[in-house]
Amino acid sequence: MNLFEISGLKKNFGDRTVLNINELTLQTSKIYAVLGPNGSGKTTLLRVLNLLLAPDSGWIKFMGGDIGISQADRLSVSRQMCMVFQRPFMFRSTVFNNVAYGLKLRRVAKPECERRVNEALDFVDMVDFAKHSATRLSGGETQRVALARALVLQPRVLLLDEPTANLDPGSVQHIEEIIRKYHQEYNTSVIIVTHNLFQAKRIADESILLINGEVVERAYTAEFFDHPRELRTRQFLDGTMVY
Amino acid sequence: MEAAVSSLFAQKMEILEIVKMSLQVSGSATLLSALIGIPLGAWIGLSEFKGKRLLLRLVYTLMALPPVLAGLLVYLLLSRSGPLGFMELLFTPTAMIIAQCLLVTPIITGLVSAGIAAKEGLIFEHAISLGASKTQATWTIIKEARTGIIAGIMTGFGRAFAEVGAVMLVGGNIRHMTRVLTTSIVMETRQGNFEMGIALGIILLLLSFMVSSIVLSNAEEFSLK
Repeated sequence: MNLFEISGLKKNFGDRTVLNINELTLQTSKIYAVLGPNGSGKTTLLRVLNLLLAPDSGWIKFMGGDIGISQADRLSVSRQMCMVFQRPFMFRSTVFNNVAYGLKLRRVAKPECERRVNEALDFVDMVDFAKHSATRLSGGETQRVALARALVLQPRVLLLDEPTANLDPGSVQHIEEIIRKYHQEYNTSVIIVTHNLFQAKRIADESILLINGEVVERAYTAEFFDHPRELRTRQFLDGTMVY
Repeated sequence: MEAAVSSLFAQKMEILEIVKMSLQVSGSATLLSALIGIPLGAWIGLSEFKGKRLLLRLVYTLMALPPVLAGLLVYLLLSRSGPLGFMELLFTPTAMIIAQCLLVTPIITGLVSAGIAAKEGLIFEHAISLGASKTQATWTIIKEARTGIIAGIMTGFGRAFAEVGAVMLVGGNIRHMTRVLTTSIVMETRQGNFEMGIALGIILLLLSFMVSSIVLSNAEEFSLK
């Protein structure tokens, strides 16, 4: 089944076009890695998919249906996905309350809320931190809480914006394990923006290269890295591309 | 110091009355200003509209409004020949509250707006991404900006509690009626009772310390619930 169908999507910031995607279809239950140099539109693509930014033209279908323009329609779509940011913001409260935030917005009953928060914290190995202040965690811990805060909502799609940037190798491995495990257990679709080519190789089913807002190549990850079709992909992977 | 303490005990009842009046006037003025300033500051901080920068400049200018000028404006408004003279509010605690509101509202508005604007984009995106509606995201921003809001309230209360120009003009420092700590200090100093003036000054500082301690300790409890 198609998760997202994108057609004629354009997003401008002032005079600059940051996204210009003719056609792109993403399927459910897969892990996609979105690669590309800085300023290629990767994060903008995630924000548009998460309905945080409105495109200037084109359309996006989610799970085969158009996304309505009313606030209620957009809310019902956006509640089926969740984004984890490169530098997650922790609300000034405990780790528990941070993870419970989305459930409270959805008015989930207290006993169920507690059970799901504890499960999510257990999933990311942060149960012992439940009562700690969320603003006093290390980078790796913060990222794990941010993941738990998203996973607890059991989204259909998880949008990850460089979730392991600035983390040490141990923390990177830990986060990748969590993503892989969650994807396997819950069949959740994952779209991960990363600068780490090895990470894309390790966890993604398919890889997509964006340059200047355009999709240059999209292929199964093994094929993408071993037999890239496009010259710009080869240059990007070789590190010979001058941006 | 000994002289200051003994003068305090000699006039214990009257001082208690003055303290009560000071807290009533400044507390009411701060409360009213918070009711106006918090929503107004939140609206300015969260919205984009034509003339926003001009409005902010106006608010920041009014944050430095001289108390005497605020007092004069309220005096002209409430004096017998003024537009609201028929209400006969001049030289009453109500007139003092109005004058202090004029001083405190811009302070709370300006600080709340700055506190909210500093966090708005980041928190809004996180909240929306976690499934908040626009209203829920706005409420989350206000909660997260609570330090700025409390700072605004406390600064406003401090300004009201310590000012003398406005309350002197519109209150008149009438014994048993509109006398507050600051106007008492001016009066005692003019009469040469420096010990009493210093003692009242210490009371003023202690009360200010107590109020801010109570507010700040309660603020910590106001978290994401």
